[in-house]
Amino acid sequence: MEFISAIISGLSMGGTYAMIALGYTMVYGIAKMLNFAHGDVIMVGAYMLFVAIVSAKLPVWVGIMIAILVCTIFGIVIERLAYKPLRGASPLAVLITAIGVSFLLQALAQIVFGSEQKNVSALMINGSLKLGEVSIDYSTLVTLAVAAVIMVALTLFVKLTKVGRAMLAVSEDRDAARLMGVDVNFVIMITFIIGSALAGVAGVFKLMKSPAVTPTLGAMPGIKAFTAAVIGGIGSIPGAMVGGVLLGIVEAICLKTPIAAYTDAIEFAILIIILLVKPSGLLGKKRREKV
Amino acid sequence: MKDFLKNVKWKHYINYIAVAAFALIFGIIGLAGGLKGSTEYMLEKFAIAIILAVSLNVVVGFLGELSLGHAGFMCVGAYIGGKVASLLDKGADNIGVLLLAVMIGGSVAAVFGFIIGLPALRLRGDYLAIVTLAFGEIVRTIFMNTSSESFGGTLGLRTPRYDSSYLFIFGFILVLICLAVTQNMMRSKHGRAITAIRDNEIAARATGVNVTKYKLIAFTVSAFFAGVAGVLYSHSNYTVQSSVFDYNYSIEILVMVVLGGMGSINGSIIAATLITFLNLQLSTVLTGDLAVLKNLIYAVILVLIVIYNNAPALKHFRERYNLRALLDKIIKRKKDPSDQKDDEGAWDRVPTKIEMNELLSTDIIVTESVQDPDKGGKS
Amino acid sequence: MSEYVLETVGLGISFGGLKAVQDCNIKIKENEIYGLIGPNGAGKTTVFNMLTGVYQPTYGTFYLCGEELKGHSQEVINRCGIARTFQNIRLFNNMTVIRNVMVGLHNDPKYSCNFFESILRLPKHFKAEREMRARAKELLDIFGLLEDRNQLAYNLPYGKQRKLEIARALATGPKLLLLDEPAAGMNPHETEELMQTIKFVRDKFDMTILLIEHDMSLVSGICDRLTVLNFGQTLAEGGVEEVLNDPAVVKAYLGD
Repeated sequence: MEFISAIISGLSMGGTYAMIALGYTMVYGIAKMLNFAHGDVIMVGAYMLFVAIVSAKLPVWVGIMIAILVCTIFGIVIERLAYKPLRGASPLAVLITAIGVSFLLQALAQIVFGSEQKNVSALMINGSLKLGEVSIDYSTLVTLAVAAVIMVALTLFVKLTKVGRAMLAVSEDRDAARLMGVDVNFVIMITFIIGSALAGVAGVFKLMKSPAVTPTLGAMPGIKAFTAAVIGGIGSIPGAMVGGVLLGIVEAICLKTPIAAYTDAIEFAILIIILLVKPSGLLGKKRREKV
Repeated sequence: MKDFLKNVKWKHYINYIAVAAFALIFGIIGLAGGLKGSTEYMLEKFAIAIILAVSLNVVVGFLGELSLGHAGFMCVGAYIGGKVASLLDKGADNIGVLLLAVMIGGSVAAVFGFIIGLPALRLRGDYLAIVTLAFGEIVRTIFMNTSSESFGGTLGLRTPRYDSSYLFIFGFILVLICLAVTQNMMRSKHGRAITAIRDNEIAARATGVNVTKYKLIAFTVSAFFAGVAGVLYSHSNYTVQSSVFDYNYSIEILVMVVLGGMGSINGSIIAATLITFLNLQLSTVLTGDLAVLKNLIYAVILVLIVIYNNAPALKHFRERYNLRALLDKIIKRKKDPSDQKDDEGAWDRVPTKIEMNELLSTDIIVTESVQDPDKGGKS
Repeated sequence: MSEYVLETVGLGISFGGLKAVQDCNIKIKENEIYGLIGPNGAGKTTVFNMLTGVYQPTYGTFYLCGEELKGHSQEVINRCGIARTFQNIRLFNNMTVIRNVMVGLHNDPKYSCNFFESILRLPKHFKAEREMRARAKELLDIFGLLEDRNQLAYNLPYGKQRKLEIARALATGPKLLLLDEPAAGMNPHETEELMQTIKFVRDKFDMTILLIEHDMSLVSGICDRLTVLNFGQTLAEGGVEEVLNDPAVVKAYLGD
């Protein structure tokens, strides 16, 4: 019973990780860059919820809309100012810039909002669904349901729309896509818009479970969600979902055992092992460098 | 003798001379008792930062791989070295103990560097960066959860702080050793092999460079000196706390390397000194929430410098206006490259922009097993 | 000692079911210039990649002077005596021209000097460096690149980059040199010059050369024998005249 409840609480964390991992996987798959600042966009979303709901006393749903919108705007601005100038430059340069942007967002948040914790309790969903001896929090159900809906929607978007197919083309071969008339810059921007909006949703999820908002709120979940994206296979939308949920469950089980203090270490160790043993992840494709 | 002096390539030794002169001046003042404790502390921090930046540059600038776990190696060195010293030391400042701590701390860190070098054989770019980051966090978590008798756990490990001036002098001697090792390495066939891997790994393999060996050497040397810096840290402070060696610290070292110019050892020295100085000065001026302004400045520096140095659109601008061109103008340096001595090539001037033309170089290369094992067809 | 410098026996590879190259049998005698031609996508570069250890062959094997090299890594194969150039030039762009060549000399036992000898600056280091530099200069001189030795490889004009790549490959002291489309992107004049260079390399270094080329004037001008690949299969092989007049080859190139 202990075990089942651990899995259920893992599902709840897993939903959040899946949401972040979806953003990572989209951006990595299409722009071919590890957007280190992705986790910090979640933090921006959480602060926007705080501003809208606590400071401005707006209704919750308006707050959520504003948070997602602001995250999207941040995504566009970051992409345009920091990443676009480096298109075609070395991947090392892009990676370092992404780290710089992540740092910048954290520092900005701390200057604007201070380092002390802010609380947004309006998003907390209390109560749980009782199924015999097992009880599932409503927040877990909402998280998982929303994550699943978004995953399906994204898959359909990529498969069925023109922009989605352009995304696939860019992820396959950027130069060839350009030659075929695909506006690569536009496609990458759309990717960032989607990724950032997902980060906003992830921010909402985060506050549904615990009300605390701090400048470093997104950093650790961001890195862990990257683990999830890698486990699932980077670039794979269902993979991100699977990876996120798996990671959440592993984390929840670890937290229930005597080695709880090592949870982070264990998760990172899993990451290293997966990268070494099966870097293409569970659902990813293998790539080969052309000689 | 005169001929000998003429033949010495002074350009190669200028950084040793500068560092030695700097240490000597402060050393004389310090031993005469003319330095404040805070100044000595600052000098110790300079030495630590220079060693860290130069050693990170070996991996980032010369091998061309991003390591985000440099603070992790330092953490290992600090804990192991601090433990060795606190086990052996009887309270007095003892140079022998210090030396032993440096050797052991550095060596243990080097072993970890070797272990982290192993993934580097299979992974590149983003994936390797994330592995090094994960490594740093794992090391930190493990030390944080040790018992209070072994490594002090969350409270940290108490270490003997060396009070007398010679710690910073010793620190600068270590800086000189670090410079000697890294520069001698880079200015030899072994260094050439490492930069060849950075420039084009496939071509390096085809030219017979033992990529495995040289990647491991680069990571091991880099980690060794990070460990040495850690030992120095443990002697410069009263306690070693694992929370210090977090991801942010790794980034701070990276900022030094990027600011100084990737692949430029002299640049790393200058940037490390500058940033450490600013750090210590700003920490007295900026208190409370303002302290974070420092991070803001670093972040802006990092982003701007990388974009400036790498953006394809700024290429012409960059070639016309840069520090080196300015220096050339000021001291009217001879520009004709054929007049240069062979050895004065571009070893420490170019790689601020690292050209990696391969579109897929961030992806994993699976060169050894081409057939997808899942689909059969094993050779 | 085998009669052939390179002998491939039933060499083939398949990528997840697709047979990229099948049953490739090439025999190259010492001091020969051997051409490997065929339409785009015929699997020529794949053959090179198998011979240099980038890909491991699925079927068959190959011998260099009688020594089986299948299964070795790229580094080991290079040290055993196969050096190559690439279709899209791969130089060490941020290194000077002379250093590019010196990397090629890295494994020559004449210039051996281990890591610690270099760090400690023992006399052996200086001796090795001096001799490597002298040798590199000799090689660069042969290719007319001596004046450019302190330029970054990246800044060289295209034709010189091609030459530098050949010089670097030769520096590794190979028994067999593989050239992947050496004349790609060159004008007729440069191609003519390249032909002279390749012949010169063969005579001066007693080299055996296998080259992929599309430029038929170059192929018929310097190759002793040819193999034609099409869809991964050997279409024809033999002397230049004979092969180029083979109806099957004409058909593959010009269509029906």
